[in-house]
Amino acid sequence: MKLLTHNVLSSKCLKGVSVGYPLRLNATDIKVVDVDYNSEFVSRMIPKINYSALYDAAQSIGHLNGLPDAVVDDFESNEDFLKAVHHVLLEVDIVSGDLECPESGRKFPITRGIPNMLVNENEVNEINGSNGYNN
Amino acid sequence: MCSVSWKKYLLWFAHDLVDFRLAEMKSLLSLLCIEMKWVEEPSDHPFWIVQMQSDECVKKLASRSISLRGVIDLWAHSDCIEDLHKQLKKLDHDFYKPYFQPHLSFKVEVETFSNHLSMAERVEKIESFSYLPLAGPVNLKNPDVKLWFMEYYGLEPNNIPDKPYLYYFGRWMIDGQRHLIKEFSLKTRKFIGNTSMDAQISVLMANQAKVKSGDLVMDPFVGTGSLLVPAAYFGAYVLGTDIDYLMLHGKTRPSRIQQKVREADESIHSNLWQYGLQNQYIDVVVADSSLPLWVKNFELDAIITDPPYGIREPTERVGTHKTPQITEEQAATHIPSKIDYDHDHLYQDLLNFAAKHLKLGGRLVTFIPILRELYCEENLPKHPCLNLISNSEQILSAHISRRLLTFEKVSIETNNEVGERTFTPNLENFRDKYFNHCEESRAIRRQKNSYHKWAPRSSTDE
Repeated sequence: MKLLTHNVLSSKCLKGVSVGYPLRLNATDIKVVDVDYNSEFVSRMIPKINYSALYDAAQSIGHLNGLPDAVVDDFESNEDFLKAVHHVLLEVDIVSGDLECPESGRKFPITRGIPNMLVNENEVNEINGSNGYNN
Repeated sequence: MCSVSWKKYLLWFAHDLVDFRLAEMKSLLSLLCIEMKWVEEPSDHPFWIVQMQSDECVKKLASRSISLRGVIDLWAHSDCIEDLHKQLKKLDHDFYKPYFQPHLSFKVEVETFSNHLSMAERVEKIESFSYLPLAGPVNLKNPDVKLWFMEYYGLEPNNIPDKPYLYYFGRWMIDGQRHLIKEFSLKTRKFIGNTSMDAQISVLMANQAKVKSGDLVMDPFVGTGSLLVPAAYFGAYVLGTDIDYLMLHGKTRPSRIQQKVREADESIHSNLWQYGLQNQYIDVVVADSSLPLWVKNFELDAIITDPPYGIREPTERVGTHKTPQITEEQAATHIPSKIDYDHDHLYQDLLNFAAKHLKLGGRLVTFIPILRELYCEENLPKHPCLNLISNSEQILSAHISRRLLTFEKVSIETNNEVGERTFTPNLENFRDKYFNHCEESRAIRRQKNSYHKWAPRSSTDE
């Protein structure tokens, strides 16, 4: 699981959880992979992501690699900054560990790089009827 | 005062998925910002004469289209062969001079639609163009200039006329993307499942979604990721979710008949590696698409999906009809019970998901299974923020078809704007209807058979 995915995942599917974000990240196995750098994509993602959540997540697993704690002003043209964000967003891959709901403490395991966000039937909001996208 | 000059081209389409052709063209024209004028109204005819502003536009269009076999710089066309020759002879010398240079090799290709010509007949046709002042050497394998002659015998292969309906002559400019059908063929793909989408349709879907380089594209029913492959090929970053844990981990029973067990490294990620697209892979997540998973402001450029129809893959979501009782010790290893996720809810959730997470102008491309008898456009799922852009049918059997729906997000969702849960008689319990329908027809067939069996005898008896 990449930190980009972590940045947009929440646990609000759980009953009684209203925000469920950001998920606490516990990593037992981390792999750093090479991904081609695309400055356009990274600079387009920066305004869309929650930067402080990204910073905290990278820090919590010790893979900051020089990422500054806030978005720099000239981020679109700052190659060093974009490369640092690129590395943290796309190249740090959590192979195993878990994601922990900040409200309930429910843990979602990550195995072979794939997070399992399935909840048990007693943990979902509604048993019958439509989903949470309606509210 | 019009400074733009329009040039005439012939688009040749593969005669497959005819209902998808116009939708693909419209999507690509809008994606690539190309203007095109139809000389004749587009129909199911495989040749379209169109006008575009430059060869550059043609190249862009052909670089994406999977329906196009190729584009021809049209020099002459007629319903009468003498007239075609007359038109060609009338062409200005300067017009074809750039292609008829001594150093440019050439080839004349004779093609027929709905008919077959022998080699001798083909040579005869080629020689009928001998008045063209071709100066270069012949090169059949890799010519610099490919002249192309087409005889069109109509769309009914069982009813071929003596003479072709139409003749076309021109210079072959560029091939479409039909080669991707072989390149992305499921036969050679590492990880496939029972319902992996074939290469042609998955490319079509990426084109319908107007996928471009640097986009973020999601499939909420990802399965084996067959829809992510072309999206990644067109430069998008891809992610997907699926409720099936074993599928995403490549642990389901293999779909290939010769294969007893899946290989250890079968996964969506390894499919992208196979095509050299691993840089475009973001993630796949095991999750129930009926539940909210993503943060509110997570924005996607496109959603491309083929939800399960409940026939070959089950439609499921987490839930139970009983009161759930799971003790704490069981909770961690408990496999959630699943209940049927009926199509009405599934599509409404999908549309709500799209309305929430698509960017403005972003597209949702999805298939929907249909009982043809009960189909009615008004019953298709709708959402106030999404406009239905196109709706193409792929017929699967006498009773069943699936329709490719393309929606575009046209307004930002406010809290009270949720998709109405339309009553869709053709969707409710598609699975039940599917099997009952077949059951009924089987019963009728039996009746008919017995009638035919007994009828002659009873008539002779009389």
